[in-house]
Amino acid sequence: MATVIVVTSGKGGVGKTTTSASFATGLAQRGYRTVVIDFDVGLRNLDLIMGCERRVVYDFVNIINGEANLNQALIRDKRVENLHILPASQTRDKEALTKEGVDRVLNELRQSFEYIVCDSPAGIERGALMALYFADEALVVTNPEVSSVRDSDRILGILASRSRRAEQGDPPVKEHLVLARYAPERADRGDMLSVEDVLEILGIPLLGVIPESQTVLQSSNAGVPVILEDGSDAGTAYGDLVDRFLGKNLPHRFITPQKKGFLKRLFGKG
Amino acid sequence: MGLFENFFRSSPHKSAALAKERLQIIVAHERGSGRRGSPDYLPALKKELLEVVRKYVPVDQSQIKVHLDREGGYEVLELNITLPDEEPRSRRNPESLPGPGQG
Repeated sequence: MATVIVVTSGKGGVGKTTTSASFATGLAQRGYRTVVIDFDVGLRNLDLIMGCERRVVYDFVNIINGEANLNQALIRDKRVENLHILPASQTRDKEALTKEGVDRVLNELRQSFEYIVCDSPAGIERGALMALYFADEALVVTNPEVSSVRDSDRILGILASRSRRAEQGDPPVKEHLVLARYAPERADRGDMLSVEDVLEILGIPLLGVIPESQTVLQSSNAGVPVILEDGSDAGTAYGDLVDRFLGKNLPHRFITPQKKGFLKRLFGKG
Repeated sequence: MGLFENFFRSSPHKSAALAKERLQIIVAHERGSGRRGSPDYLPALKKELLEVVRKYVPVDQSQIKVHLDREGGYEVLELNITLPDEEPRSRRNPESLPGPGQG
């Protein structure tokens, strides 16, 4: 039975697409047949982050409208086996995603995939609601910053009330917190919300902490999910996150300041 | 080491504490009917209120009822404390049935 996971946040720019790309890649690397779907109709970007923008022929809306079949639209990742990408449409018609249409496509995907990762657009409009409606589990991506935490709390409320599981009285969507762009030094100094602060406010289990990292921008420049950047801190953190999602009990890394040598403290940047 | 850090860094602003406080307030306020039927602070609130009342009047755990309601855009916190029947000190109310505790 396939599991549908939404990657959501409410606020934009917190790392949903980065997380979707790396999470899906990580699942596929570990041998699971995985598809990642871009729900951001009109503002397609997952294809760029995954580095397959030039291979897009048909998209999600084409399938919903019956203009193409799934096999024509799914893009097979060239680096990782078992990984497919379903790009969003660039149409400006926001009504293109219908509940029936999305349901039909997801059901078809369930036949051939074990994990279906839904990359939600920002906001709480149709695209975001469609992305979370069918979810079994949710990765709530949050930055340690007031507006992001508040919006995440709103999204948790929507998951608990407007998902299909909520409507049908099924067990609730399983929530996971992904705290991205975390800077342990700043939290330690008291000028950034700490992991504990965010956990206390949102009250959902922590799946992973992704440190603020230059590698994230560099890998998006290159169209490579950051989890594939071996040895990078953000990539390692995503690797841990995927393992934890699959049930491994791993300690959280990158949540305490790294010890710096004397000279680095004097001359390096804080 | 600590000395060095203090020397080179400006004094901490602790703005994170402010952020947390503001968030806790706004999030508690915005958690509407959607999430978690009753807020998780209710049991603790009930316990503490009971302790305060007990300083003055002996009341039983079961004699306090805290209820949170939402009416329109407002949240109504309803507090019912049943005071024990005691020897009449002043005029005794003929209906000394459950009445609202006086704050």
